[in-house]
Amino acid sequence: MTNSSWTPGVVPGRLPAEAYALNFADLHPPLDPHEAAVAADRCYFCHDAPCITACPTSIDIPLFIRQISTGTPEAAARTIFEQNILGGMCARVCPTETLCEEACVREAAEGKPVEIGRLQRYATDTLMKAGVHPFTRGPATGKRVAVVGAGPAGLSCAHRLAMLGHDVTIVEAKEKPGGLNEYGIASYKTVEGFAQAEVAWLMQIGGIELRNGVALGRDVTLDELADSYDAVFLGIGLPGAYDIAGVAGNGIGSAVEFIRTLRQSTDLSGLPIGRNVVVIGGGMTAIDAAVQSRLLGAENVAVVYRRGRERMAASPYEQELAASKGVRLVFNAQPVAAHHGADGALEAVEFAYVADTPEGLRETGETIRLPADQVHVAIGQWLEPLGDALADVELDGTKLAVFEGGKVAPFGNVWAGGDCAAGGEDLTVTAVAEGRDAAMSIHAALSAA
Amino acid sequence: MADLRTEFAGIASPNPFWLASAPPTDKAYNVVRAFRAGWGGVVWKTLGEEGPPVVNVNGPRYGAVWGADRRLLGLNNIELITDRPLEVNLREIKEVKRDWPDRAMVVSLMVPCEEQAWKAILPLVEETGADGIELNFGCPHGMSERGMGSAVGQVPEYIEMVTRWCKQTTRMPVIVKLTPNITDIRKPARAAKAGGADAVSLINTINSITSVDLDSFAPEPTIDGKGSHGGYCGPAVKPIALSMVSEIARDAETAGMPISGIGGVTTWRDAAEFLTLGAGNVQVCTAAMTYGFKVVQEMISGLSEWMDRKGFASVAEVSGRAVPNVTDWQHLNLNYVTKARIDQDLCIKCGRCYAACEDTSHQAIAMKPGRVFEVIDAECVACNLCVNVCPVEDCITMERLAPGSVDPRTGRTVQPDYANWTTHPNNPAATAAE
Ligand SMILES: Cc1cc2nc3c(=O)[nH]c(=O)nc-3n(C[C@H](O)[C@H](O)[C@H](O)COP(=O)(O)OP(=O)(O)OC[C@H]3O[C@@H](n4cnc5c(N)ncnc54)[C@H](O)[C@@H]3O)c2cc1C
Ligand SMILES: Cc1cc2nc3c(=O)[nH]c(=O)nc-3n(C[C@H](O)[C@H](O)[C@H](O)COP(=O)(O)O)c2cc1C
Ligand code: SF4
Repeated sequence: MTNSSWTPGVVPGRLPAEAYALNFADLHPPLDPHEAAVAADRCYFCHDAPCITACPTSIDIPLFIRQISTGTPEAAARTIFEQNILGGMCARVCPTETLCEEACVREAAEGKPVEIGRLQRYATDTLMKAGVHPFTRGPATGKRVAVVGAGPAGLSCAHRLAMLGHDVTIVEAKEKPGGLNEYGIASYKTVEGFAQAEVAWLMQIGGIELRNGVALGRDVTLDELADSYDAVFLGIGLPGAYDIAGVAGNGIGSAVEFIRTLRQSTDLSGLPIGRNVVVIGGGMTAIDAAVQSRLLGAENVAVVYRRGRERMAASPYEQELAASKGVRLVFNAQPVAAHHGADGALEAVEFAYVADTPEGLRETGETIRLPADQVHVAIGQWLEPLGDALADVELDGTKLAVFEGGKVAPFGNVWAGGDCAAGGEDLTVTAVAEGRDAAMSIHAALSAA
Repeated sequence: MADLRTEFAGIASPNPFWLASAPPTDKAYNVVRAFRAGWGGVVWKTLGEEGPPVVNVNGPRYGAVWGADRRLLGLNNIELITDRPLEVNLREIKEVKRDWPDRAMVVSLMVPCEEQAWKAILPLVEETGADGIELNFGCPHGMSERGMGSAVGQVPEYIEMVTRWCKQTTRMPVIVKLTPNITDIRKPARAAKAGGADAVSLINTINSITSVDLDSFAPEPTIDGKGSHGGYCGPAVKPIALSMVSEIARDAETAGMPISGIGGVTTWRDAAEFLTLGAGNVQVCTAAMTYGFKVVQEMISGLSEWMDRKGFASVAEVSGRAVPNVTDWQHLNLNYVTKARIDQDLCIKCGRCYAACEDTSHQAIAMKPGRVFEVIDAECVACNLCVNVCPVEDCITMERLAPGSVDPRTGRTVQPDYANWTTHPNNPAATAAE
């Protein structure tokens, strides 16, 4: 190790070799059987349980927890997978503190919800480790469906369609399936190559052909797909990242790009990271980029958000996680300029303080300069890279407008779900729910035809 | 602080908490540590006749029933009486009594149902300086197959006969320990009294199979693929024991006979409940086996706290307090009308009351938008199920409808006077109320 957290500039290997594995280990280690039994015993088996309502995929949580507590985690896993085939990933990445666990009545009773996420992981891990795929395909329907994008939305849709007997072809622009499960989610939430293992497990259903490296718009058009398949599902996510006018140049990049590189790196000690890192944004991506920068050995990491703490999309839990890792949170400041030195290297970013008024954000006139060798911009993603591949599709704001069952207009046989579709939060679990529901809608349409 | 000293059937002890005859009292090593921890007395693990001692199984002897978080609710055992030589036990009993003169030392006995056998062992026990004996007519497994234990306890005539032999032979107070494996507990209690017993103690363990191993298809505890019914004890048996204690306390023939309450005593509260239903002291086994001897300290502090709060100066003042309030169903006041009330501030919205009432009771709870649960008085029969399934203490309570108000379920005005089934018009055998 030649570098340390104090080495100036953007350099690799700031930490001793053994520190990386430790830093990027499982954020929430799996429960062992005893811990699972104790955690499961706390569930009250509520009537019409609020946690089920709070789960975008409506997993029957009290039932699966009871199945764990009676010693049948495999049955519990089946209960989970019936509603959410990516229940394994969701158990790791869902912000449960704003979903099921927030709704848990024991949160109201004692401020300590049942650990639903970790119990879900216990159940799903048990079945997946046994290599068991709990579903079989229904009788073949002879119908063919194209799914664009192998992210959570596409995978969930494809699995449900295959289960119902349809033949599915997934076209995926990237080399690997998984979408943001593979390229976006923070490393410490999904360790040991879980994203790929999960896809392989899911594919055991059969009847799904995965074509990697095929991009809608570049290699195939939507019209071609709509013509040659009985139905098409768009689960393309939001492939482009917004940038900030005036804050560009050396050292400045998108947070999702930084995370993608990190997730694909086989040797984290080879990954260059700044001594002073600034992340601009207020969501989960901003927090993930900031925390992982610290874990790579950056000395100072700040997340700068233009509004107040209460407006931050990252939950209080995520904010606390960032704080516990030594990330500084700066509120009510928006970037106005990047300052580079004579050698072209980034030196600082200048922010203007802003007041959040009913008329919008107003600069107060005061500015600060944060030293920075590296900036990760995390102010959101959009559909931009698709160019005119979706030119014909009706939009709702910047996303695809969806109608009953997830259909897009004006096509008769095209559906969409996940981040690319309007409505719902941009979460893995929401993408899974929308993919599944679109599959049911497609199935109904194809069965009627 | 309340005075916990008790005198039970002439035997004095510093508090009413005795260890029941069982593994905790099988040797001096245990009993000495129990006394150090604060136990008021012990009933030594049951002794058998002279000669080679019984042998126990060499595999598991306990089975269990657990509640949430693996809390032990019920324990069963297939253990026999002491498997140590008689002389060893007698020597230790003598030593311990000599060293701990203020503690109650009662010796449990079980020998064949022959006069000679009983008359032979009593002088040996007397010689130890023990305070009394307890006749084990309760053990439901193993010993009963040999014509002892519950095989005697289930035949009132044998109880009376053996009790009489003992009373004729010894100066020591005789406590007769009853088996619950019988239809009417008053019969053996009356027999004990008729034989001259100074007291009864109950309950011994209940015939039980706690579980079946679903791989080997054998009952637990399993010995080489087979299992036998065992004796059930622990918190799960307390309700049965309380009821039996109260029946003996209420029975005109046995009223006033000292009762040592046994079965599931785990906290001071359990002990207080036994006392109010007529027990003069309590004996504890499973709680000590689960948590160790130290539990007695909570029992002592809890009971004296409670007695202070209530203004009771002695255990005797507590004993039997609830007996007059134990009655037959036919004497319960049918004009006492209550309705369930849900405290919305305490409610955590789990909906268990709703599921229980809707699915299995009287459809008397409405689930309103926002998961607000409210009792529909016109349907509520006041069964108490919602109270029992609610996880939050005191969130649902039963409140009495004031006499003069109308019960929306029946449309009738609540009457101020007392009226029971014996006078009810629906009762074909009713006697006119007027
Ligand atoms: C950094 C980061 C961290 C996150 N952390 C969490 C978290 O902890 N918990 C959580 O619940 N959510 C998290 N999210 C959000 C979550 O990852 C997304 O909501 C979810 O992945 C959306 O699924 P999707 O299938 O709609 O899109 P994606 O996962 O984006 O998948 C879309 C797929 O379509 C492919 N594709 C795109 N364009 C084309 C094309 N033209 N042709 C063919 N294929 C194409 C992509 O390569 C990709 O594989 C995070 C997001 C980011 C960016
Ligand atoms: C392992 C075990 C052995 C027992 N052995 C005896 C015994 O030898 N003599 C006896 O009178 N009762 C025996 N009992 C019964 C207890 O004394 C007591 O009556 C019963 O356990 C109920 O009390 P508890 O619920 O506090 O355990 C035994 C109980 C257990 C658990
Ligand atoms: S007391 Fe019984 S009938 Fe009344 S609300 Fe409760 S459960 Fe229903």
